[in-house]
Amino acid sequence: MNSSRFANTAFGVLAWIVALLIFFPILWLLLTAFKTEQQAFTVTPTFWFTPTIESFKTALAQGSGYWHYAWNSALTAVASTVIGLALAVPAAYAMAFYPNKRTDFLLVWMVSTKFIPAVGVLIPIFLVYKTVGLLDHALGLTLLFTAMNLPIIVWMVYSYFRDIPKDIVEAADIDGASIMQTLFKVVLPLALPGLASTGLLALILAWNESFWSITMTDHRAATLAVYIASFKSAEGLFWAKMSAASVLAIAPIIVLGWFTQRQMVRGLTFGAVK
Amino acid sequence: MKAMSRSIQSTVPAAEASGARSFARTTRLLMAPAVIFLLIWMLVPLLMTIYYSFQQYNLMMPMYNGFAGVGNYAILLSDPTFWKALANTLIIVLASLVVTVCLGLALALLFNRTFVGRGVARTLAVAPFFVMPVVTGLIWKNMLFHPVYGLFAWIARQFGLEPTDWLAHYPMLSVIIMITWEWTPFALLVLLTGLQSLPEDQLEAAKLDGANAWQEFKHIVVPHLGQVLYVVVMLESIFFLTSFAEIYTTTSGGPGTATTNLPYYIFQTVFQQYDIGIASSAAIGAVVLANVFAIMLIRYIAGNLNAGAAR
Repeated sequence: MNSSRFANTAFGVLAWIVALLIFFPILWLLLTAFKTEQQAFTVTPTFWFTPTIESFKTALAQGSGYWHYAWNSALTAVASTVIGLALAVPAAYAMAFYPNKRTDFLLVWMVSTKFIPAVGVLIPIFLVYKTVGLLDHALGLTLLFTAMNLPIIVWMVYSYFRDIPKDIVEAADIDGASIMQTLFKVVLPLALPGLASTGLLALILAWNESFWSITMTDHRAATLAVYIASFKSAEGLFWAKMSAASVLAIAPIIVLGWFTQRQMVRGLTFGAVK
Repeated sequence: MKAMSRSIQSTVPAAEASGARSFARTTRLLMAPAVIFLLIWMLVPLLMTIYYSFQQYNLMMPMYNGFAGVGNYAILLSDPTFWKALANTLIIVLASLVVTVCLGLALALLFNRTFVGRGVARTLAVAPFFVMPVVTGLIWKNMLFHPVYGLFAWIARQFGLEPTDWLAHYPMLSVIIMITWEWTPFALLVLLTGLQSLPEDQLEAAKLDGANAWQEFKHIVVPHLGQVLYVVVMLESIFFLTSFAEIYTTTSGGPGTATTNLPYYIFQTVFQQYDIGIASSAAIGAVVLANVFAIMLIRYIAGNLNAGAAR
């Protein structure tokens, strides 16, 4: 009994050590963000220091452009999520409650488009965007994020709709409600929590996206990912500022992520793990 | 015609038939926007990529544009950088898979035990998965791997060792470390969720039958986790195949071509050499490679779908 309690304590300590090690790079980024530039860039790392919010001020100062990029990130993430849900909800509704012989095929086909790598469609999209003026345009990026997330959104909404007992929908149909009335009055209210977590997942994925942002935008529609990536050649010049900007960019997502862990798992594993 | 003759016999089935038809029309209308959107944004560009892959097309040399036959593919297959990129892609996928799945499984078993502050510890451990990959690249490159000002260099000096320039001397290992840091939390999160849905009574029964920890793990935990593991492996391979931000912000595919994977190779071919034709044929290569992995996952999803239908 004693030895098993000892084992439990040992495993608990081990788990904590591992957790702190894994989290350490984020903690280090956070600490650096509260240092001065001199403290951030030293041969012997500064562990004890008086925290300063100077770097955050510099990062957010006028002329740093932070708000411009943050606005683009927020705009494209939110807009792509809204469009994605608007496209996915009717489709998932039809497939979940009024399936026909083509439903399975369509669903699998939609999900399978997720597995076309971005580089497989990059070139034509870049050329077409260049021609029609969508290059470095928030709308262009938004639509790409929508396309990137739509398969996951459809699948998640579909799996949430499937959890709704079919009898409820059939009862509404028999009562003479039209298909759209059933959707808005019966199905959507029941699936609201599921839709919310689907939306959060899409938001997180769009916010963190970097491949399309880097290739399709330059400045006008550039997102935080592009802005932060631009620090890649700053050889130690602005580490504190870079850290502050990074902290601001990742903090909301980490917090959102913590709250939606389970839904993330469900969405990303296509409902296989609930 | 048929509907008309039927409606002469009786009006009721006809009304039902037309009702069913309008029903089908409504559901088709409901699905159309999503289907059309994906057709336009994924399928049409994919077909265009295939078309470009047979064209000689360089944005800097418009006068030489024209049909190239399999010329691009011939050039591609004789380009050692392409093969290097293909090999690098596979190394990244396989190494990251092995490490994240093994570590993730070990950590999931560890975090499935009860200990003080488990919730907080688990929350800290999954955090890297939510970090923007661009930020991951910069944290590791500047603050950890940096040969002079990085933390690893300082630690090495504390032990009297010569600091290592990680990105210059072990570029591939560094990239894999970064990807592993981001994705082990994902494996941990999914596997832990899987473990927590493990049927308690089965474990009890096994204990009563005198199974030891290893037997319990092998005969109950692993089969139950099989499905979950499969999903983790497939999903991670899809994402690892398209790794880009970690490479873009740190090594830029180098030194030389040491960390150039297929996405980065295509990125360079388009945006630095402006060669649409060659880049398109390489993109088709990337699509084929992704399909090998994707077909397996889609089969699995389709299987899941059928199981759901039988439910």
